[in-house]
Amino acid sequence: MKIAVLVKEVPDTWGDRRLDPSTKRVDRSSDVVVDEVDEKAVEIALQLQAANAGSTVTVVTMGPKRALDSLRKGLAMGADSAIHLVDDGLAGSDAVQTSAALAAALAPRGFDLVIAGNESTDGRTAAVPAMLAERLGVAQLTALRTLHVSGSTVSGERVTDDGYVDVETSLPAVVSVNEQIAEARYPSFKGIMGAKKKPVEVLGLGDLGLAAGDTGAANSWSVVHDVTARPARTGGTIVTDDGTAATQLADYLAAAKLI
Amino acid sequence: MSTILVLAEHTDSTPASNVAELLAAASQLGEPSAVVVTSSDAAALASALGSLGAATVQVATVPDGGALVTPLVAALAAAVAAGDVAAVLVGTSLDSREAAARLAVRVGGAYLSDAVGVGSSGDGITVTQQAFGGAFTVTSGAGRGIPIISMRPHSVEGSAPAGAGTVSALDISGDTAPTSRVTARHEKTEASTRPDLQAAEVVVSGGRGLGSQEKFVLVEELADAFGAAVGASRAAVDAGYVPQSYQVGQTGVTVSPNLYIAVGISGAIQHKAGMQTAKTIVAINKDGDAPIFDVADFGIVGDLFTVVPQLIEAVKARKG
Ligand SMILES: Cc1cc2nc3c(=O)[nH]c(=O)nc-3n(C[C@H](O)[C@H](O)[C@H](O)COP(=O)(O)OP(=O)(O)OC[C@H]3O[C@@H](n4cnc5c(N)ncnc54)[C@H](O)[C@@H]3O)c2cc1C
Ligand SMILES: Nc1ncnc2c1ncn2[C@@H]1O[C@H](COP(=O)(O)O)[C@@H](O)[C@H]1O
Repeated sequence: MKIAVLVKEVPDTWGDRRLDPSTKRVDRSSDVVVDEVDEKAVEIALQLQAANAGSTVTVVTMGPKRALDSLRKGLAMGADSAIHLVDDGLAGSDAVQTSAALAAALAPRGFDLVIAGNESTDGRTAAVPAMLAERLGVAQLTALRTLHVSGSTVSGERVTDDGYVDVETSLPAVVSVNEQIAEARYPSFKGIMGAKKKPVEVLGLGDLGLAAGDTGAANSWSVVHDVTARPARTGGTIVTDDGTAATQLADYLAAAKLI
Repeated sequence: MSTILVLAEHTDSTPASNVAELLAAASQLGEPSAVVVTSSDAAALASALGSLGAATVQVATVPDGGALVTPLVAALAAAVAAGDVAAVLVGTSLDSREAAARLAVRVGGAYLSDAVGVGSSGDGITVTQQAFGGAFTVTSGAGRGIPIISMRPHSVEGSAPAGAGTVSALDISGDTAPTSRVTARHEKTEASTRPDLQAAEVVVSGGRGLGSQEKFVLVEELADAFGAAVGASRAAVDAGYVPQSYQVGQTGVTVSPNLYIAVGISGAIQHKAGMQTAKTIVAINKDGDAPIFDVADFGIVGDLFTVVPQLIEAVKARKG
């Protein structure tokens, strides 16, 4: 089985994440990390590889030069190879364009299973996996908390608003997994050293066969008109319980007409 | 007047709870047309949609309800092809969001996710979205193609005047997209007596401080005293106190209630990202340095096992 895992570099959720009101884009000067859910996607891919002899795992990202670090992380965890989509003309792409670029890289390489995170922590659009299935003309099986492959059948539990449903389809497929799928392993020292020697294929607009007029911020389908920062919350009343705190709180809520 | 398509999810003949609101938004932008995919007779559903404001109801009939997402995409694409469509509105269920995302690729449009408001201006149809847990407010729209918008519940005021609900059929028999199938459902079917988490006026959430699944009941009792929805931190979900659908935060549900009560939750940045736009925030935590107090309008430094039972009594007493 040929498995591709999509990993995205995102601002660290532990840091101060900002939108830049002048460029109207995510301020990527802050600390960046591989999105946690994508590390979990790499983990489940490695588990599937171990259970299916002869399988390969390729980590794929579209992002600036620096996003090579995210690929190295996947390689250090155990992936075999990496693909890096990097081009100034791709910067500022929206989800529709990102899915076009990723599809252009994936389609000619014939993956059986593409594994993505269900939702990125920066954009939170949760759109790229479904869009990719649409572009590749393969089935989608998304928002999974468990994932099994048996022969050419892929199945799992899809988490919905009211519980979960068992879902199933045939390979090839695009799946997305949520944060309950697995705990990501830590790369070993040997893994980190070995990652430096693993192949990384670098693809630009020309290699992808995409026209410059289709990609990047200037040609995006969705446009941001305006960005405003929300004012910080101002400090409230903090009381230490002396036996009357619950009553004080009830008074406060009643005064605010919340009870 | 241009058509505004609304993807109307439903159970049998009853439109989902967000459909009235989507039709209300659509009526402010153009002529509302509901798109439904069903495996049974749509007459009763269509008349319900008409009374909620749909001028027309476009019906795609499928053999059974087992195929995921792709029939919705096919139906919406057929409806886009059939008329002068200025925008498409869907809700925030997984199926709706994914159908909208795929539609943007299929017909050429902008996918605008998780809108908290919609309107039109010199820039055409625009939406308001929140980024990074409400730390930023963003206005956006379509640069090319039509806007395809997923709308969060409770983001539209008012309702639409009743429409004719004139039924027409959509042919999706030519759809060739490979499908996935639901083989079993494990969803709560009995209507919960508690409000929906994302739409609730009051949310009471519990964290790791509750200590066990048994003791998490205290959070539920407090929620019931308020008539509130129950939420949780990721730590509480990971510890198995409640299902993941309860999780509030960065990788869970985003809530914006009038009142949010955090019980035994430290207030990690990823939790705050899902609740800091609540109008009033209350925190109960024994650690006075817990970051949740930075966003609290009223905080109690104390033991939740002492404070919460007293609070339940006080609330019940005041409600009479
Ligand atoms: C990428 C990413 C995404 C994440 N997404 C989310 C998310 O969506 N939602 C989310 O919640 N978290 C999320 N997290 C996890 C987050 O970082 C925290 O680990 C989590 O929110 C902590 O949950 P908690 O506050 O319940 O637990 P803790 O941090 O352990 O806090 C428990 C609190 O309970 C208090 N307490 C204990 N006993 C009592 C008592 N008897 N009385 C009163 N107070 C008591 C303690 O003082 C403490 O402050 C995410 C993390 C990452 C890295
Ligand atoms: N630029 C990108 N490069 C690689 N994978 C991506 C990229 N953007 C999104 N993805 C994948 O799609 C998932 C969902 O992202 P999103 O649709 O942006 O919420 C992520 O968890 C990744 O697996």
